[in-house]
Order: sequence, then C-alpha cells, then structure tokens
Amino acid sequence: MNYQFNNCEELIALCKQEKLRISDVAIRREMELFKKSRPWVRNKMKAVRDTMKEAIDLGVKSTKKSKYGLVGGDAVKVYKNINKSGKFLHSKVAVRAMAYAIATNEQNARMGKIVAFPTAGGSGVLPAVLFSTFEHMKSSKRKMLNALFTASALGIAILKHGGTFSAAKAGCQAEVGVGVAMAAAGVTEMRGGTPEQCLNASALGLKNMLGLACDPLGGLVEVPCVKRNAIGATIAMAASDMSMMGVESVIPMDQVVEAMMNISASMSETVRETALGGLAVTRVGLKLREKMGLPPIPEKYLDWRNKKPSAKNKCGGCNGCG
Amino acid sequence: MNISLFDVAGPIMVGPSSSHTAGACKIGQMARALFNGTPTEVDFYLYGSFATVYQGHATDRALLAGVMKLRTSDPRLQDAFDIAAQKKLKYRFIPIKKDVPEHHPNTVRIILKNKKQNLSVVGSSIGGGKTKITFVNDVPVDFEMMAGRFFSILIGHDAKTFSLGPLYRKMEDWGSVIARQQTICSTKRENHCITVISIEDDYLKLAQVMELEKLPGVEFVRALTKLLK
Repeated sequence: MNYQFNNCEELIALCKQEKLRISDVAIRREMELFKKSRPWVRNKMKAVRDTMKEAIDLGVKSTKKSKYGLVGGDAVKVYKNINKSGKFLHSKVAVRAMAYAIATNEQNARMGKIVAFPTAGGSGVLPAVLFSTFEHMKSSKRKMLNALFTASALGIAILKHGGTFSAAKAGCQAEVGVGVAMAAAGVTEMRGGTPEQCLNASALGLKNMLGLACDPLGGLVEVPCVKRNAIGATIAMAASDMSMMGVESVIPMDQVVEAMMNISASMSETVRETALGGLAVTRVGLKLREKMGLPPIPEKYLDWRNKKPSAKNKCGGCNGCG
Repeated sequence: MNISLFDVAGPIMVGPSSSHTAGACKIGQMARALFNGTPTEVDFYLYGSFATVYQGHATDRALLAGVMKLRTSDPRLQDAFDIAAQKKLKYRFIPIKKDVPEHHPNTVRIILKNKKQNLSVVGSSIGGGKTKITFVNDVPVDFEMMAGRFFSILIGHDAKTFSLGPLYRKMEDWGSVIARQQTICSTKRENHCITVISIEDDYLKLAQVMELEKLPGVEFVRALTKLLK
C-alpha cells in the first residue's frame, strides 16, 4: 500500500479511499517511508508532546524577561485571568490558549526548550490550541497525540505542494500562518471532525493569515512574534469552529498555499526577516534597536518617513473637491 | 527528498531561533566531531546575519555549546560560557562586517586548536535547523545534514596512493549501502582530498572505522555518529 501524498487533495483522496483519519495516514506514511514500527513513531511524537507541555508549564509561571527585556511576564498576566472569562469576550478555552501560546514563545525568547513546530517563531500556536482544547474536552491523550500527527501531515502537504516554513522566504504567513493552518486541522480532528472539515478549517485559518509580514524588532524572535502567536491561536480556534458548523472555504487548501507563495513572490525584501521594514522601523522600533546596541538601519530604508502625505492622497484622491 | 513527519514536528530545541541557535549548535557539533580530540582554543569568525545579531539570538552560546558536544535541546546551552570556563576552553568571537558573497548569509568559520593539530571548518545554517558544511581545512565540500538522516563518514586522503576500490570492497563485505559519495580535491593544498560517504539506514562500528583508517593513503577518517540523535 502506498500512503504517499503530494498535496491536500491527494491526502483527502487517500483518507476517503481507505476510510482513515488524516492522523492514521500520517503514521502509516512515516512507517512505510522510513521502515519504522508504529510504537517508534508514536513514541517519538510523545517526546514532542511532552516537550510542548513542559514549555507551557514553565512559561505560565515565569516572569523572567528575555535578554533585551522586550518580552516576558505576559503569560502570567493572561493565565491568572482564565477563570474570570465571564468578564472577557473570549471563552475560557480561547483565553487559556492565548496564555499557552505566549508562554511557549516567551520560553523560546528566554532560551527555554521548545519544539520548533513548524519553526521557533511560530511554535506557540499549535501547543496552545491543542492543549487548551484537550483540557477543555477532557479528551483522551491518544486523541491529543493523533491531532499532532494530523497537524504534521498538513505541514508535509504544504511543503510538498511548494510551500515553505521560512519567513526569510515568505514572511510571517509561512511561520505563524502555517502554524495556524496546522493547529486548525489538528484541533478539528480532535473534536471529531471529518478529514474534509479538517482541511477546510486549515484553509479558513491560513486564508486569514495571508500576506503577513515578518518584521521583528532588531531581528529577534520577540516583538511582534509572541503576541502574533497568541492571536493566531484564537484564529485557529475560530476557523475550526466555523468549519465544524459547516461553513466551507470557497478556495481549497492547496490553492490557498499557492496564493501564499504567490504573495511571497511580490513581498518586499524589507519584510522578510531582515528587520528593515514594518514594525522594525517604527519610531519605537528604532529607539529599541538603538538601545540594544545594534548597527543603525541604512538611510535608504527609512525614506518613507520623509514623504509627507499630499492633500490628494489624504482624502482618497477622488478630485471631488476640485 | 523525502520529508519526515519530524521535519515538520521538530526539532526539539532551545530557543530563540532555529537557524541562529539550533543550526549554529549543529555546526559546532560537526566541527568538534571532525576535530577528533579535545580543543583548547577555538575561534569563531561570524559572517552575514550571524555577525550582526549573534548576541540576541544566542548564536555565540550555541556555537560554543556545539563545540563542547552539547545537543541542540540541552538546556545547559544557556550556560555555555560558564561550562567553557570550567573546561578551560579559550574562545573568541570575531564578527566580520564585510560582505562575503560566496557564503550563505548565516555562516561561521570555526578554527579549533590544541597542541597537536588545528582544523578549520566553514558551515552555514540554511533555515529550520538544517546546516551545511562548505569547507573543511579550506577544501570545499558539500556536506548537508538534514536532521541526521544519513550516517556520514569523512575520509581525508592524498590523491595519489588512495583509491576507492578497496574502500568499496570493505563496505560491500560489511553490507553497507552507500547512498552518496563525493570526492573533492583542494585547489590550494596540492594532493589533499576529502571523500564524503553517506550510508542510509545503517552505521559503521568504531572497529570498522579504525579499519578504514588503515587503508593506504588515508590521513584520517571521521564518523559522525554522535550527530544522529
């Protein structure tokens, strides 16, 4: 039997043909490709799961700042409020997911051990969504592990379809965006969704992260990465909810990936992990950069500050006022 | 290239950046494995974005930790400087501000020294924790390591007396299938070549590696076993 797939369409066809969940296909693919036993594959994923949990547990308690003091302590602030969710707009599950996402990424920023799933910058979304839902549903550990397999299967489909995880290539949409897509698929399977609903959820999730720039202050994985993960987690949950309610994405997942790469081709170099554009060159961003003692940004990247908006541009330029 | 589930779900690593921390640590490990001994002094020449943001991304600690054989997931990576002080390992970081177009943006040259020998390794971190070794002792090599899928051996030899025949025969006797083989000779140092052999789904024992070292014309054999995990 051949469990290989090159994109999401083939993945779904495999699931239908064999009447399997995405996670089963993922496990069988790995067993077949690398000639490993099922327990070997599962145990390796258990190590991934345990590392994620450790990072969350440490992160929600620690208020230690990162080296340059840009992040640290926000996870504690959110985590103490999860039982007061009546006061907030989001449900308890979502607030807890935010706390977990911040916790994971803060651990990353202060040199803790994390899983780069898919990368270190987007590592918060997946554990946040999965562990928060796991605690809410009191679901079995087995389902939780399967959700991780589903998420990785989606990652493979994205890579095989010409996608990337590198922010240097495609901006933040490829890190946090892909993280959101994978988390949405994983959590949908955990809640009992069909393979179609899983892929639909990931399409809805990734669609709403398209075009996101990678513009970290001073090139560090701190601002805005940490909070982007937290809000990414809520997007993944919203996508999963909508998919479970029967809302369908008009554009299928494969084509959303194509769109992502299409956008990346027209993205400027300054917003692809170079710290030369976007938030990195705002007034506060530049001030913090100076404080960190990093070399100043070349003047040619700061041209936009000198351009004054003309009156025409201000009102939309319809020439209506003559 | 076959993508594994764990290329997506992983690596398990110490933050903050997969290319600047985990990748750097791996280059350090490679350099140490190639050195085959205990270095007393190590210099790091940092290029490209390694030179500008190495402190914020803890690239310096990661490189040093790799040279001291710590894994990418070892939480002691933070204390690399203290551990180096305990081990009496001298280290220097020299950022090169000049643009070097032949190198990937994230590149480091590591020079390891002790009383007997010295070794220079140039490595690049090419994203997502993947690394590439481009020069060993100024001999250009193309040595890519994807999450340690292959077991690789590196054979330094001279061009005249060494031949691949006996090597292949030995490997055949042991039943090891060679996935990739590559021989490169230095343009700078005459008669000085390096052969890289990658073996899939198998590895050589220490005794076998020692046996390879006895082949005529071989200067050194290095097996990169420790990097498998």
